[in-house]
Amino acid sequence: MASGKNNAVISVIGKDKVGIIAKVSTLLAENNININDISQTILDDIFTMIMMVDLQGLKIEESDIKEKLNSLGEELGVAITIQHTDLFDKMHRI
Amino acid sequence: MIKDFEILETMQMFNEQHLDIRTITMGISLLDCAASTVEESCNKIYDKICRYAGNLVEVGEQISKKYGVPIIHKRISVTPISIVAAACGSKDYVPFAKTLDKAAKTCGVNFVGGFSALVQKGYTNSDKVLIDSIPEALATTDFVCSSVNLASTRTGINMDAVRDMGVTIKKAAELTADRDALGCAKLVVFANAPEDNPFMAGAFLGPGEPECVINVGISGPGVVKHALEGVRGADLGTVAETIKKAAFKITRVGELVAREASERLGVPFGIIDLSLAPTPAVGDSVARLLEEFGLETCGTWGTTAALAMLNDAVKKGGTMASSFVGGLSGAFIPVSEDEGMIAAAASGSLLLEKLEAMTCVCSVGLDMIAIPGDTTAETISGIIADEMALGTFNNKTTAVRIIPVPGKGVGDFVEFGGLLGRAPIMAVNTSSCADFIHRGGRIPAPIHSMRN
Repeated sequence: MASGKNNAVISVIGKDKVGIIAKVSTLLAENNININDISQTILDDIFTMIMMVDLQGLKIEESDIKEKLNSLGEELGVAITIQHTDLFDKMHRI
Repeated sequence: MIKDFEILETMQMFNEQHLDIRTITMGISLLDCAASTVEESCNKIYDKICRYAGNLVEVGEQISKKYGVPIIHKRISVTPISIVAAACGSKDYVPFAKTLDKAAKTCGVNFVGGFSALVQKGYTNSDKVLIDSIPEALATTDFVCSSVNLASTRTGINMDAVRDMGVTIKKAAELTADRDALGCAKLVVFANAPEDNPFMAGAFLGPGEPECVINVGISGPGVVKHALEGVRGADLGTVAETIKKAAFKITRVGELVAREASERLGVPFGIIDLSLAPTPAVGDSVARLLEEFGLETCGTWGTTAALAMLNDAVKKGGTMASSFVGGLSGAFIPVSEDEGMIAAAASGSLLLEKLEAMTCVCSVGLDMIAIPGDTTAETISGIIADEMALGTFNNKTTAVRIIPVPGKGVGDFVEFGGLLGRAPIMAVNTSSCADFIHRGGRIPAPIHSMRN
């Protein structure tokens, strides 16, 4: 596809609590996903984190990592999504 | 580098504003499935559809996961059956519909379109058989959609076919009376039917189309409405600009999905249909979007002007986003499938006559409109004739998908469920047009040198 790279955007949104970043990053590390960039803010007690990650070294199926992130999100009480970067490039850049 | 606010905007579009890819439709040519017997032809059709579309649903789901984009429907469109079946010489094409239905079920898609005929200038023997078979075909299958092109700007209007389709629609309603005339929800008549439309019930693969092709239909009235909420009180030039930007973004998602589907399936990419297709869900309504322009209720004065601008701005934004925009592209205004239209029709603000005016500037036509069950075939033909004239003389696609619900009258509601939604029975002018309809013949093609 367009970029030729296998980058994705992971977003984590929900009520803030201890250890969200730690648990998400641990899951990514365990699956050999490199984090290229992180931004994180708290707006009205809502935790919002956006991570740019590289899926090049991923050893499992992309749909499996999506499911693992979903179940971690449920455990932490936050919504975690993962979407390929091409989507955002296509929508927001001419 | 993509900015955080852009990422959040995209996520909101999917999570809160109902942006989705409405359908990935695989067009499959059945021209090589013609045979001298019904059985042989049906076997060829079944095998070919299953061979080409066997992994369509699976690929759609993979793409949906990769981008986090909901892809609601995976569907199939085929060569009009009146062409494919002509060689078998049968007087009954219901077995073809059953074959399409079986193939759709095997592939896991939820609709297959193409139980169709193109009769804008006249009938072949096969076209007649197909039209006679439509009511039973729709009553005895689950996923087959039927369409008939009755008119075009180049040929004029085939009024014999307009007359016959009024009768056909009534029969389809009677045969599915136990399901509130559901058969009619799967049947549409066109003027200037596009040959690459991915949306049902009117999808078929035209004779000029390739062997196999991927066409993608997108949606997103909620996204455009949300964008307009940000420019309340601004002048209409700003509104047009805002719609274009939103349409651009939506269409880019469609193009991304279409190209990826085309690559994964090894099938050429055809077109993006950038229609604003509503659903009965709150927040996914074209009527509410029109009301955002500043109209109290959809159907009031100003609605046609707002819709004209919306339809045009959507196309402008979309054509910037993809070089291959086709199908019906624009804004759909079905009644039963749009929460705001249902409310407007139920409140009496939206009348059938106003809907007809709106179809002059929307992307399709009178769509999913429930009318009293005692409406005569001639009156239905009259409604069709008027709509065909709008399309033929104004050089646009128009269509009629109308449902005369047996046993129901004005004030009643009909429930189809799911995406087909629910609709109030709308009042129809009952003054007779029977003598006009029974004249038959053709309305000549319009002249286009004196445009007034």
